Amino acid sequence: MTAVDLRVAQRPNAPMTTYRYDEYDAAFVSERVAEFREQVNRRLSGALTEEEFRPFRLMNGLYLQLHAYMLRVAIPYGTLTARQMRRLADIADKWDKGYGHFTTRQNLQYNWPKLVDTPDILESLADVEMHAIQTSGNCIRNVTADHFAGVAPDEIEDPRPTAEFLRQWSSLHSEFSFLPRKFKIAVTGAAHDRAAILVHDIGLRIVKNDTGEIGYQVVVGGGLGRSPFIGKVVGDFVPREDLLAFLEAILRVYNRFGRRDNKYKARVKILVHEKGIDEIRAAVEAEFAAMDRSAFAHDPEEFERIAAFFAPPPYESLPATSALLRAAKLETPAFANFVDVNVGAHKIPGYAIVTVSLKPIGGVPGDATSAQMRVLADASERFGFGELRVSHEQNIILPHVKQDDLFALWSMLDAAGLATANAGLVSDIISCPGLDYCSLATARSIPIAQAISKRFSDMSRQRRIGKLGVKISGCINACGHHHVGAIGILGLEKKGQESYQITLGGDPTFSASIGEILGPGVTAEQVPDVVEHLVDYYLAEREEGEAFIDTWRRIGHARFKDVLRREGEDGADI
Amino acid sequence: MPVFKHPQILIASNLTDGEVVFLGSSGWERDHRRARVARKAEEATALEALGKRDISANRVVDVYLADVEIGSDGAPTPLHYREKMRVKGPSVRLDLGKQAGEGAL
Ligand code: HEM
Ligand code: SF4
Repeated sequence: MTAVDLRVAQRPNAPMTTYRYDEYDAAFVSERVAEFREQVNRRLSGALTEEEFRPFRLMNGLYLQLHAYMLRVAIPYGTLTARQMRRLADIADKWDKGYGHFTTRQNLQYNWPKLVDTPDILESLADVEMHAIQTSGNCIRNVTADHFAGVAPDEIEDPRPTAEFLRQWSSLHSEFSFLPRKFKIAVTGAAHDRAAILVHDIGLRIVKNDTGEIGYQVVVGGGLGRSPFIGKVVGDFVPREDLLAFLEAILRVYNRFGRRDNKYKARVKILVHEKGIDEIRAAVEAEFAAMDRSAFAHDPEEFERIAAFFAPPPYESLPATSALLRAAKLETPAFANFVDVNVGAHKIPGYAIVTVSLKPIGGVPGDATSAQMRVLADASERFGFGELRVSHEQNIILPHVKQDDLFALWSMLDAAGLATANAGLVSDIISCPGLDYCSLATARSIPIAQAISKRFSDMSRQRRIGKLGVKISGCINACGHHHVGAIGILGLEKKGQESYQITLGGDPTFSASIGEILGPGVTAEQVPDVVEHLVDYYLAEREEGEAFIDTWRRIGHARFKDVLRREGEDGADI
Repeated sequence: MPVFKHPQILIASNLTDGEVVFLGSSGWERDHRRARVARKAEEATALEALGKRDISANRVVDVYLADVEIGSDGAPTPLHYREKMRVKGPSVRLDLGKQAGEGAL
């Protein structure tokens, strides 16, 4: 039997293509749940003060927010099975308010859990091999990966075995649970960066050298937040067998030099920025050369064991194109639009990658009701080998759909309000929870996203505008990635009012750039007007084939600034 | 000590479920209109002391004073937009939170 057959035989309804806990993992997670139950009991009895309890609850993904607690559940490298998705829905119904929020960190957040219920929630998650570990605190956070992993035609290698390998390595290293600050790693194996690896503490890009050997380009020191930086290359080609040792060397350099005196300066990005990448590279190389690397030797068997979990599902041999699909597109224009915008090429002939947008016009970006989660679970079982992905754009991906099945899938999604054909368009907005939920927020972000989405509710206009990343954060922590939005929006407080600072020219991909400030802050009501003016200006100026960001790069920031200035003169107080 | 400019109420999160609560004349209330109002600096200090006591008693967390104005009915309304949100619930989900009559102590 192949690895996949074996798993199917062992587990009815087994996920085909995700990592399966071994006994060690299962024991580790259930121990953590038991431990947390004990900690919650001691908190409720008063044996632990809030100060003592806080680090424990954060280690288990539990925050205190504006209206309630919030529980952040990890979805490692964004891969989810139908069974897990159903469990997320069940938890939403049983212990929360019937919905969840998918985040840019490939997590799911529940906005209303009660402290007393969280041990039960964690137990229910553990039962489907999920947890909330490493979703907060100064540890290595859950490793994220390209959401088209394993199916993208432009991929050299599936990044998830690497991500899982790193997850196991970092979970085991308790010394790295107390880093100077949190530490985020992202991996991609493709020619196009869909995982924003240049704005993570460490970004890994799987590459092939001239001899065809697979290795990693290692990027360090990227990040958003208060001080945004694009990561710098610290290792051009690190062979796989050296990866753990090389990362260990980076972490040691960071642990040695990283500033613990000031939490804003404690991120690796600040270290890289202050010392310069050349000095960091030299220090990492020296550490790598001097250290005892035997403890970090690559274990090819273990890597293969992990990789086997991500073996491709049993695809059928199909023709590259589908006559059924072509006919359905001709017959149903709404379906044709969906296919053109939300469906991407798959590396296997006859299959497609489907992005299910969680951004209905005027909706809350990233929110899904429990009923929608169940529809997604059902859809993945009927049409996609029971596998789902969460993208950092806060959408859900069905990674292996037969082109022949696309129409049936679309009909099912449409009936559940899940067929918005806007993936990558102006209304596919990344937004953090902002002041509607988050206790750190300085302004709301969701209503801004809703207002922009409504302003561009004409879908044909959206298609005409083309790819455009609008990203919104409710405070300088930048959870909504506004720095890397072609149009970025940051909510601040100005004189006791919510005020929005707009930036242009951000880009999260391999051509990464941090957005530049457009001008003085504007009010919430003005944001859609400003965005519309900017978009209209781009439409008037763009040349054949240019996306917003391309036009902005070509004609320059100043010209766009003039748009806002002129608008101010027209009477608006901005 | 910060200058006392506006009347204030004491706001907190209930330990067991995280719900927003306000110190009233006989314990914590989930309706801000029942909050006890401090009209002088000494009264605010007294509210804070009660808050500290209930932190120690593990009943509430994240306790702080919020500026309010007093309406014609005598009920306090927070001045800052952040606390205005906290007394209602998410502005994008009017069906949830206090504004929808949810929650209880
Ligand atoms: C609602 C509760 C949340 C809290 C309390 C919170 C808190 C924070 C804080 C304090 C930072 C600052 C990091 C730093 O500069 O060191 C941060 C960063 C970040 N958060 Fe959140 N966050 C929340 C929700 C979210 C959500 C919903 C997402 C995804 C949509 C998210 C994604 C991120 C990302 C991507 C960063 C990265 C910034 C960087 O690269 O430095 N967070 N968060
Ligand atoms: S950016 Fe600020 S407001 Fe938004 S979720 Fe992060 S911490 Fe909260």
